[in-house]
Amino acid sequence: MHIKTLMLASCVMLLSTPVLAADDMATGMTPEEIQHEHGGGIFHMYRSETDIGSSTYGNTIASWDVKGYIGTDENKVWLKTEGESKDSKLESAEFWALYSRNIAMFWDAQAGIRYDNKPTSTTYLTLGFNGLTPYYFDTEVHLFISNKGDVSARLREENDFLLTQKLILQPYLEFNIFAQEVLEQDVGRGLADAKIGLQTRYEFTRKFAPYVDVHYGRKFGGTSSIAKSNGEDNDELVGSVGLRLMF
Amino acid sequence: MRTHHLTVMALLMVGFLAAPAYAKTAEYTLTIDRTPVNITGHEVKRVTVNGGIPAPTLRITEGDDVIIHVTNKMDEATSIHWHGLIIPGEMDGVPGFNGFGGIMPGETFTYRFKAKQTGTYWYHAHSMGQEQDGLYGSLIFAPKGKDPIQADRDYVVVLSDFSDEESDDIMGNLKMSSDYYATARRTVGDFFHDTKEQGFNKAWMTAKMWGKMRMAQTDLADVTGYTFLVNGKSPSQNWTGLFKQGERVRLRFINASAMSFFDVRIPDLKMSVVQSDGQNVEPVKVDEFRFAPAETYDVIVTPQEDKPYTIAAEPIDRTGFAIGTLATSEGQHGEIPAQRPRALLSMADMNMEQMMKDDPDMEMSPADMISGWAKTGTPEGQKALSYADLRYAGVQKDQRQPERTIDVRLGGNMERYIWTINGKKFSEAEPIRLKYGERVRLKFTNESMMAHPMHLHGMFVQLENGQPAAKFPNKHTVIVPPGQSYSVLLTADEVGEWAFHCHLLYHMMSGMMTKVVVAKLDAADVPATASKGGHHAH
Repeated sequence: MHIKTLMLASCVMLLSTPVLAADDMATGMTPEEIQHEHGGGIFHMYRSETDIGSSTYGNTIASWDVKGYIGTDENKVWLKTEGESKDSKLESAEFWALYSRNIAMFWDAQAGIRYDNKPTSTTYLTLGFNGLTPYYFDTEVHLFISNKGDVSARLREENDFLLTQKLILQPYLEFNIFAQEVLEQDVGRGLADAKIGLQTRYEFTRKFAPYVDVHYGRKFGGTSSIAKSNGEDNDELVGSVGLRLMF
Repeated sequence: MRTHHLTVMALLMVGFLAAPAYAKTAEYTLTIDRTPVNITGHEVKRVTVNGGIPAPTLRITEGDDVIIHVTNKMDEATSIHWHGLIIPGEMDGVPGFNGFGGIMPGETFTYRFKAKQTGTYWYHAHSMGQEQDGLYGSLIFAPKGKDPIQADRDYVVVLSDFSDEESDDIMGNLKMSSDYYATARRTVGDFFHDTKEQGFNKAWMTAKMWGKMRMAQTDLADVTGYTFLVNGKSPSQNWTGLFKQGERVRLRFINASAMSFFDVRIPDLKMSVVQSDGQNVEPVKVDEFRFAPAETYDVIVTPQEDKPYTIAAEPIDRTGFAIGTLATSEGQHGEIPAQRPRALLSMADMNMEQMMKDDPDMEMSPADMISGWAKTGTPEGQKALSYADLRYAGVQKDQRQPERTIDVRLGGNMERYIWTINGKKFSEAEPIRLKYGERVRLKFTNESMMAHPMHLHGMFVQLENGQPAAKFPNKHTVIVPPGQSYSVLLTADEVGEWAFHCHLLYHMMSGMMTKVVVAKLDAADVPATASKGGHHAH
């Protein structure tokens, strides 16, 4: 009888103890996991554009441009590849790997390596910025120092104009500038080439958008002279169709 | 003899320890799982509580001992936060706060607390995006005695935004492209339209300014594609509340959506707002009210006619309706009102200080000075509720002036979908430290172009809404409109670590959260007025 009473008393005591105990913490989430849920997460974005078309000179031009990142808001790894073939012959192929660090509201500073296996097998130390200027110009500007010590730079701008929510015009510009001539790549000193283009895409979804692209590219200065002396054209107008994917 | 003594002692102990057991106990068991649901016509797997969305309504009486067993059957950690309740920090349910580590897969966690409040509250997950994915329900606390709000019928109206995408994917898409869900961006055609209406110069200047700031005039909601629900039912499923003509019907509106502000109206019915965020207010008659995620309003309506009345809750980006019906019998449909025009943000929705720094020569016409965000589209002669109308139904106990002001700057980088408090994400922020009993002013300054419903856990704040201090309304969630400042008062009378965050789910998930720590220091530091509250379990 007495023992039963004691047992009952202990049971009641046990039951009235608050359930919160140290072991709830022991199996709980780590502070890192919790921060991850509120601004410390890892995200990614890749954009792929592949297209095929022809130039006014009758060449078949195919090109690809895949770029994107994985990382946190502050620190990212950018990976990028782009290239072009003319009449099934590979003309250029670039592979980039950059560390990208957020330095201002709309800007990342980037540093890393670019490796080209066409037109010549060359490795570049790459430094630059990627961001958004006022008026929504998506900007990439990079400086390259090749394994031979040659210095060059590239600037790219693009902007979106919405005809409708899904039909979007995207004009773009590109400039390549060299600090010296690089004969094995057929380029002279100064502004080597420039490209101006217009991509018109239809975003069935934000992730799936076929497009039509028209661009005009032209060589300048020494680069233009080299092209002429090689019997090549120093400009070309290309029209192509392609597919833009985001993932 | 000795054993006899022991028996007496044991019995005394039993009597003592078991005493609270004579108080009524409200006990619930909630099982969280990912199960198939079909709301929009096709089956998707979502987070359900006891198999459903929304989670069950928990009805509790003031003074009850509340025991809630929560079992996690998912393969990820979860948590339940009791939104608006004054309870011990370790029962508040935010992982990483007050020693609570979340409810791990397979675990059961038992929440125990005393019901000290009355009114309409709700509960939801505080883990990842599980709230968007279905983990939300209502909490109704009835007064022990007679309810000062008398009604013949009493319905909970939980509004929510249901997506066919999972919250992780939505978060990933926003990070991939912050305008991923923007479906009403300004087009080239809009520019020509503006040129016609306002002249080229004005249209050009406007487009130029927004472009220069890299901001979108159409940014009212970050996520679209939602189906808006009333008590888990889509507009076509038409949730119905029954009434008899002339009855007083209490509707407990809870905005349990992840991202949607709603403008709520019941055409042909005046609503008398009697409670806000669970706290009784002096009745205010309105035709409509706007409320943010996490806010609640209780209203009384008295339908006189034998006809269906439509409860129409329209998100501010005007992408649909949450629809319910009040009717005298099941199966009736009222008229669904026309969608109101979507507002465009104006210069008045920008933070002036920020803007002047950016462009001191900005020319502004009077039209620019009217907030676009605040344009509800309320017809002439109709009354929309404003915070300034809210008067606490009782008399505020603590009417002290604040000892100090704490600045809370709400900012963000819309382009990269980063949201911050005082320039920092939760993952980088230092807590805001308050002394137990201290009276402070929280001065919100919204430097962004979106409204942020700011929610403080564990304590109510009082809106400095122009009413006398005795009548400042209590709120757990406060809308800070774009570009504006708003201040609230707080008596730091609950010891613990309290989450303080924007209740737009993806803003919180991308950093817009911080920690408020209320600590007891020296007993001498505790002002006498603060200890009168009497609801401390210390």
